[in-house]
Amino acid sequence: MIRFATPAMLRRAGVAGMNMRNVRYIAQSNPRHLYPLVDNKLRTKEIAEAGNIAVPKLIGVVKFSGQIKDLPDFLASHDQFVIKPAQGSGGKGILVIVGRKGDQYIKPSGTAIDFTDVARHINSTLSGLFSLGGKPDVAMIETMVQFSDVFDGFSYEGVPDIRVIVFKGYPIMAMTRLSTRASDGKANLHQGAVGVGLDIGTGRALRAVQYDVPTEIHPDTGAELSKLKVPHWKDLIHLASSCYEVAGLGYLGVDVVLDRDRGPLILELNARPGLAIQIANGMGMAPRIEQVNYEIMRKMRPRSFQERADWSMKEFQAE
Amino acid sequence: MQGRLQLYIWMIVLICLGLGSTAYKNLSLGFPLVPGKKTTVWTVQAKVNFVGLGKPVKVSLNLPDDTEDLIVIDSGAASPGFGFQRSTSGPEPLGVWSAREVKGPQTLYYQARVYRGDGKPYLEQEGAPKPPKKPEFREPKATAADTILADAFFRSADAETLAVRLVQLLNSKEPDENVRALKQGLKGSAEKNQLLLDLLHTAAVPARLLRGVELKDVGRRQKLQERLEIFNGKNWVVIHPNTAEPGISETFLPWQRGDQWLLEVEGGRKSRVNFSVNADERAASSAALYLGREQHAGLVDFSIFSLPVDVQNTFAVLLLIPIGALVVVILRNLVGLRTSGTFMPILIALSFVQTTLLTGLVLFLVVVGAGLVIRSYLSRLNLLLVPRIASVIIVVIALYVWLSIVGFKMGLTEVLSVTFFPMIIISWTIERMSVLWEEEGAKEVLVQGGGSLLTATIAYLVMTERHISYLFFAFPEMLLVVLAIILAIGQYSGFRLTELHRFEPLAREEP
Repeated sequence: MIRFATPAMLRRAGVAGMNMRNVRYIAQSNPRHLYPLVDNKLRTKEIAEAGNIAVPKLIGVVKFSGQIKDLPDFLASHDQFVIKPAQGSGGKGILVIVGRKGDQYIKPSGTAIDFTDVARHINSTLSGLFSLGGKPDVAMIETMVQFSDVFDGFSYEGVPDIRVIVFKGYPIMAMTRLSTRASDGKANLHQGAVGVGLDIGTGRALRAVQYDVPTEIHPDTGAELSKLKVPHWKDLIHLASSCYEVAGLGYLGVDVVLDRDRGPLILELNARPGLAIQIANGMGMAPRIEQVNYEIMRKMRPRSFQERADWSMKEFQAE
Repeated sequence: MQGRLQLYIWMIVLICLGLGSTAYKNLSLGFPLVPGKKTTVWTVQAKVNFVGLGKPVKVSLNLPDDTEDLIVIDSGAASPGFGFQRSTSGPEPLGVWSAREVKGPQTLYYQARVYRGDGKPYLEQEGAPKPPKKPEFREPKATAADTILADAFFRSADAETLAVRLVQLLNSKEPDENVRALKQGLKGSAEKNQLLLDLLHTAAVPARLLRGVELKDVGRRQKLQERLEIFNGKNWVVIHPNTAEPGISETFLPWQRGDQWLLEVEGGRKSRVNFSVNADERAASSAALYLGREQHAGLVDFSIFSLPVDVQNTFAVLLLIPIGALVVVILRNLVGLRTSGTFMPILIALSFVQTTLLTGLVLFLVVVGAGLVIRSYLSRLNLLLVPRIASVIIVVIALYVWLSIVGFKMGLTEVLSVTFFPMIIISWTIERMSVLWEEEGAKEVLVQGGGSLLTATIAYLVMTERHISYLFFAFPEMLLVVLAIILAIGQYSGFRLTELHRFEPLAREEP
């Protein structure tokens, strides 16, 4: 039985639809010329580092095939690193190396590959195999994130990141996506990943949904999802809030990972974040956007990212 | 807010312009809003044969004239190797073909479309014609002619009634001896008509023959029919040389008069001309059109109807595309259907117009399905994007060839219409669906593929609806209204239909 709500019911629940997002949020707050800053991860990293924002460190960039032959020497001092396309889409083309065994490189699965495999991967990246529309690309080599163990037992495979929606510099909603067996290790909600809404005030799990249906436990690991609490939450929200100054986008999706040693790191920025976060949070985002707009109108003085983050944590904390 | 205000102003301006000029064309010029009754439209063809002598050739053909009931529109002169032009310098319009050097048997075609409507009849120049030269009759025909003329003269009042009387006499079932004497040795109606002319000329009445095609007689190898034209002192009147009926019938298309020649061939011999008539039923807005042509209303002069017929047909298709675009906009932004490629469904819908819906759907599924299987193998070869698409294009064309041959051998001629699918678009569709399959799974492919086909089907149904396609063809300014609607939807920030389901769990709970 397909159930429908009336538009009035959704409006009362404060839900923002796709048209609302595209016409009001994206078209009005995200200037087109800023998109390349976030669509190209290399440029994102450059502006982030310039703005003192914590990101996985960039080891180097391969721009031409000719540079590949120098790589073994260049990488000699790095046992662990990640190679990713600067303009990759949907997590494609990311090669993670967790260790060395002689001349070979070890992948997280334990399989060892030769340098020729690494070189071929970089060549494919340069020729645009992983980028949107097949555009020629560059390969970024960055340090591997030492994932914090907070999510151990909560996720089926891989380590989840935390998505925070930042509206005009104010964090308004957060969630994390836990991959499942059904989602084939991917963190896409409509493929069956579990979405967990996180309280902006505390980083505690608010509720969890799989296939848009509320769930209490992770279907594969059996972990009790309500026990999930993200540590370093205040730092994380501050970090997300500070991305606004750097990216200049009014409707911004910030993807954060937790590093065991360095704390929250920005993994990626997104100029067109989706609306599934509302379902994971069990509430619409429109009232919070109104509230932020009102707050900006009321406070003439521009605020620092710490002030904005603290305001959001206080205003949007769940009871 | 500034943007919104501008948008509203634009929408109002566009809607007023679109609806206003539509209303003007409808109310003042009489363009009907609905396709209306179908009326008969004739296609008349003159086929000229001659043998070229290897010299420069100039072929002139007298062209048909409008009448009070018929309107003639040239629709082409297909003659490879010849230049064609319409010459209006003479008293009557001529079609002139010319070529530098022509040898051997040649065939030229002239085609015209004939619509019912108020045409502009051929008008003789001012002034009465010269008195005719009196023909000489030999005895005993001279005496018979004198007697008949005297009889007819006494029983008539003017030139017209004199002619009527003569026609009656010559066609009477029980002719008297004078008529018998005159008609002796005459073969066929052509010679009898010539006799009528001779008698009238003897009586100093200007008369001539009018030759034309009777459109009611549909068929090939038509002969020109003859009518008698008499100058009654003020203007030329027509009577039928057999029945003496005045005037020409509604469907008589005049082609040649008096001593004008019908066909002149310089540089060729054995020239012949044949006529054929074809009738078909069409929804015509022609009445309104020619009304407009006479008034020279700007809107009609600059309408699609003023273009050559083949270009009109191109526009009839082009004007369907905005309707398809509107359907796509509605289904994507108001309903929330996901399609693969934004405007791909329109192109598929246009193909459906050629292939018919069911055949089109089946062919699309077969081609894209087979393409996906082959593409999934190609993806294992790790090809770069452009070579990959290029390979898919070749695979798609190979599929077209294979399907056409196999289908044709099996007697499924519908399969041949597969070529109407735009192969570049199909190749991109296969590529995109294949990437989608790898990244998001088969379910998403079904959702987007199904969405695309549903959109294409709805667009097809709307585009082929007779009233809608007529409306946009006759009133292209309706495009402005479509533009206004699309602009309005472009600013719509409410929910999509599918979102009412997607976000339904949020409405269920307490906020």
